[in-house]
Amino acid sequence: MASKWLPRWFFQLASPRWCYDFTGKLIPWFAVVGGLLLAVGIVWGLLFAPSDYQQGNSFRIIYLHVPAAILAQSLYMLMAIAGAIGLIWKMKVADMVAKSVAPIGAAIAILALATGAIWGKPTWGSWWVWDARLTSMLVLLFLYLGVIALNSAIENEKTAAQSTSVLSLVGLVNIPIIKYSVEWWNTLHQPATFTLTEKPAMPAEMWMPLLVMVIATYIVFGLAIILRLRNEILVRERRSSWVKALLTR
Amino acid sequence: MRQAHSMVGLFMLTFKRDLVLAYRRKSELVNPLIFFLIVASLFPIGVSPEPNFLSQLAPGLVWVAALLATLLSMESLFKSDYEDGSLEQLLLSPQPIFLVVLSKVAAHWLLSGLALTVVAPLLGVMLFLPAEGMPGLMLSLLLGTPTLSLIGAIGAALTVGLRRGGVLISLLVLPLYIPVLIFGSSAVQAAVTGLPLDGYLALLGAMLALALALAPIAAGAALRISVSG
Repeated sequence: MASKWLPRWFFQLASPRWCYDFTGKLIPWFAVVGGLLLAVGIVWGLLFAPSDYQQGNSFRIIYLHVPAAILAQSLYMLMAIAGAIGLIWKMKVADMVAKSVAPIGAAIAILALATGAIWGKPTWGSWWVWDARLTSMLVLLFLYLGVIALNSAIENEKTAAQSTSVLSLVGLVNIPIIKYSVEWWNTLHQPATFTLTEKPAMPAEMWMPLLVMVIATYIVFGLAIILRLRNEILVRERRSSWVKALLTR
Repeated sequence: MRQAHSMVGLFMLTFKRDLVLAYRRKSELVNPLIFFLIVASLFPIGVSPEPNFLSQLAPGLVWVAALLATLLSMESLFKSDYEDGSLEQLLLSPQPIFLVVLSKVAAHWLLSGLALTVVAPLLGVMLFLPAEGMPGLMLSLLLGTPTLSLIGAIGAALTVGLRRGGVLISLLVLPLYIPVLIFGSSAVQAAVTGLPLDGYLALLGAMLALALALAPIAAGAALRISVSG
């Protein structure tokens, strides 16, 4: 299994037991750093950042909305890449990562859509607009739901993991096509009414807390994935001696 | 069986076999077309029979109906071969699975997508699509439906081993159909308003080329997984 161009830890992570131990050591770091950054970002963004001269305080939902939207896309990538690793190197842990990421990704996509709707009501006057970005986020959610549905429909764990990986890779190829076609479709039917999607030159006092929030959400949801992954490892390896020893301890 | 040893031979053999099998079950051939007609007639009944209104909606409606009809026929693509075991034999053959998928999709498209394209003007008339839109409708369906069949084949391959794949396959495949729907209906819209079609048709063609190159690989991999599982 040794390879010249891949580092050793890559293959060590493939061992469920090693992965369980390693992620166990990461948990306190993720929890402390993520929690701190989240607290700083929320307080800074909601209380200290200047309010927008047009939207007033309603723009502050950006500190939840934008990180959620970015994360929803990153997590799909993570899921597809983990699936590809599982397909190529037949690593059980990679399959477990892909499986753990899917529901979290779907939840984040829902969060991005919900915060977008809440933000849209005061600024655009309606909960939902068939804007290109909203639509492609909706399609991303559909892709997540398809992956979850396929995974739960197949009883055999191995087949389920492999089929899901193929599907998420197909989705990954499609995401840019969907994104651009939706953008083009939107500009065809209704020329950009909302300059909201065009990034205004934000002052540093506004985007600094946003940056903190983006990093914080990455870490916090990284922690959520780690916890799910460890759970999944324990469930799948329940018949192995080390899990039995761990549980009786 | 010497024919089966060459790659083109295998392609032609599978292609012919699928056509013969389809010919023997004629009612299954007609079902997607009837579905296509029924779905299209639901809109005037459900929304409004007013000609001006319908003619505005027609490009999108015909495309949505075509998309759903293709989807409906997708489930059976590998099902009977899976059930009688011939799919396993095809997977064991020394030729690449890519060709098997491609020939099965080609046969399937000939009987579903092409048939839909031929019937589409009838729907256009039912929905008061202006006559200028007809060439756009036919051309966009001609270029778009093969892509739908190819993407649908991935969904069919992923769900072939499941007892109830029907709803699941639509869940997997419909989001992937969105770009085709966008450019397909936009092409018809452009044709109706007298704008040039070339751009849309070129994009539909590009998507077809991409799907031709990649979808059989994904569907083949999915078939191997489904059959071994």
